[in-house]
Amino acid sequence: MDFLIFQAPILMVQASLDGILLGILFALIAYGMALQWGVMNIINIAQGDLVILGGYIAYSMYLAGIHPGWGVIVSPIVMFFVGWGLYKLVINKVVDRDLFISILATFGIAIVFQQLMNFIFGADVVVAQSEYGTTMLFDNSVTLPNSKIFSAFISLLYAVVLVIYMKKSKLGRAIRATAQNARAAKILGVDTEKVYAATFGINAALCGVAGALIAITFTLHPYVGLPYTVRSFMIVIVAGLGNLPAVAVSGMGLGVFEEFADYILGTEFRIGSVFMLLVFILVYRRFKLSRKREYLK
Amino acid sequence: MNKIAKLFITFISALTLTLASITSSFAKVEGEYIVLGSAISLTGKYSSNGVHTQNGYNMAVDRINKMGGVKVGGKSYKFEIIYYDDESNPKRAAQLAERLIKQDGVHYMLGPYSSGLTKAIAPVTEKYKIPMVEANGASRSLFTKGYKYLFAVLSPANQYLEVAIDLAVEKNGGKPVKIAQAFEQDAFSQDVRLGILDAAKRTGSKIIIDDKLPKELNDMAATLAKVKATKPDVLVVSGHTKGALTAIRQISEMKVDVPMLAMTHCDAAKLSKQHGKKSEYALCASQWHKNLSYKDSFFGSGKKYDKDFKKEFGYAPPYQSAESSAALLVFKDAFERANSFDRDKVRDALKTTEMQTFYGNIKFGPGGQNVAKPMILFQVRCKGDTCENKVVAPTKWASDKFFHPIPKWSERG
Repeated sequence: MDFLIFQAPILMVQASLDGILLGILFALIAYGMALQWGVMNIINIAQGDLVILGGYIAYSMYLAGIHPGWGVIVSPIVMFFVGWGLYKLVINKVVDRDLFISILATFGIAIVFQQLMNFIFGADVVVAQSEYGTTMLFDNSVTLPNSKIFSAFISLLYAVVLVIYMKKSKLGRAIRATAQNARAAKILGVDTEKVYAATFGINAALCGVAGALIAITFTLHPYVGLPYTVRSFMIVIVAGLGNLPAVAVSGMGLGVFEEFADYILGTEFRIGSVFMLLVFILVYRRFKLSRKREYLK
Repeated sequence: MNKIAKLFITFISALTLTLASITSSFAKVEGEYIVLGSAISLTGKYSSNGVHTQNGYNMAVDRINKMGGVKVGGKSYKFEIIYYDDESNPKRAAQLAERLIKQDGVHYMLGPYSSGLTKAIAPVTEKYKIPMVEANGASRSLFTKGYKYLFAVLSPANQYLEVAIDLAVEKNGGKPVKIAQAFEQDAFSQDVRLGILDAAKRTGSKIIIDDKLPKELNDMAATLAKVKATKPDVLVVSGHTKGALTAIRQISEMKVDVPMLAMTHCDAAKLSKQHGKKSEYALCASQWHKNLSYKDSFFGSGKKYDKDFKKEFGYAPPYQSAESSAALLVFKDAFERANSFDRDKVRDALKTTEMQTFYGNIKFGPGGQNVAKPMILFQVRCKGDTCENKVVAPTKWASDKFFHPIPKWSERG
């Protein structure tokens, strides 16, 4: 136990802001996962690897002398087609099958992607420099990298655009209809095949945005995708499917929780404490459900 | 099945059988070749360092073979290595070690890349009493298990940053210092941490932050915020290449002012290239640097090795390559002193090794670790936009003076 954070309360501001900025970025990845989970009933183990691939696209731009910040536009476009292609190649064969089959299939995709990235970009850890500078608050006692603020802002922007798109556009309505009842949607003339492909593409595009942001805020390596998958999976579990604002809140909440756990319990309990929280939430949910069931009886 | 397919299958099986019989005839010492075996990470997460290791081995094999080979019993033999790709996976590495020993009949092994993989292989070589000279497993736990057939040409992990603490105390006028440290939770980094704990105890220094970073962590903002709040005299970070890159990125972005920053894996992370001026003044532990004044008759000096390696492979040799080359020199020396191919005689000869190579002095301690070579520290220094690693300690080889304290971020351009 460490009480430094209580002795220096300004650290609470730093921890909260760090947690929120980190959480929004994770929420974007989780948002894509929730979308395709809800629509296609597929848990995508390769989510994190799509993120890293998106990051490598931004990194390639950086190597070519283009500012990696532009990756947030280029990467999702490229990744949309990667996602679309992936659907046509593999996912369409598992979409109506058992959940286990889709987990296995996406696990396979994850391995293939890791090796491909290793083959193309090498096994070195790399970073792209954004040179965005630093924002200092409270007489320099709270410092926030502008790259993190930029990441959070872009993530929010994409999330808002997507929410509006899902509400207003024809494809968005078709996606929502398919999520509610695929058979009924099909009967009413929705081309569900196309909807599925688009959904997977949109998810990959969101991963692309997140990856480009990770390239300028953290580090890239072909084998670091899994933690991103696990994290987004957790956020979705906490938030529930089909509840997009909840995904954002849950992402930020977990981010802040994790930062505070780091200060109080120690860095080694950071990840563990988040999993503990997850267990509590699941138990609590079950408890609530069983009460409701009794009431219905 | 049609005829052509059948014919094809027969052909392939015949070919496989022929190849199989060829490989088994390669075993141990055949004709004029001494066959060594090595499982090495050519794919997977260690693949870049795996390739550095392999290049180091190959370079030394070529050089020794060209310069007359190994003389045993009045006859000259050449080295040959059988490699298998362990996919950076410890389980696979252990299987491949068994295969090298049992199927290929290898009697002498070279180490894989990384402490984790060496740990997986060591019990196998020990079981079959196969002498292994390894160059890339520095974890202290390798040398405390009482292995009798394991020899490491490199300094153990706990020595990596001990010198840095001594340096900090020296700069503090001999008074104890406040240490903040963050280490990844893996065998190697935790061994480095043990070394710091020893050094802190010895100098009476106090450890005020002691964070253990999760392996999957990409963000150390919390640790750095604590460092900002507590103002230690020295910050120590070790978490492989990812840790080094993350630390520099976030220290520069969060404007964390600390008088001294000591790390590992700076050269493997290409810190000075990837982060440029942001990495300036970082102090890094290294097993080897080309400017050291060690000499041998095969590679000449470190500088010459650097030049020859660049010519052959097109890039400057990281210390992983240099130490791997040194492993072959050790084997050659041991074979010649044993004057025999008997495994136990070779092992006994290895045990009494005392030699100088371009990479450093080599003498094995009771656990098999190299006790004759100190670690060196270099500091990243920049001229304009180009940054270089300059040796600053030990003083014997220092090309530049250790710059202390690190200027505040507000004063750095």
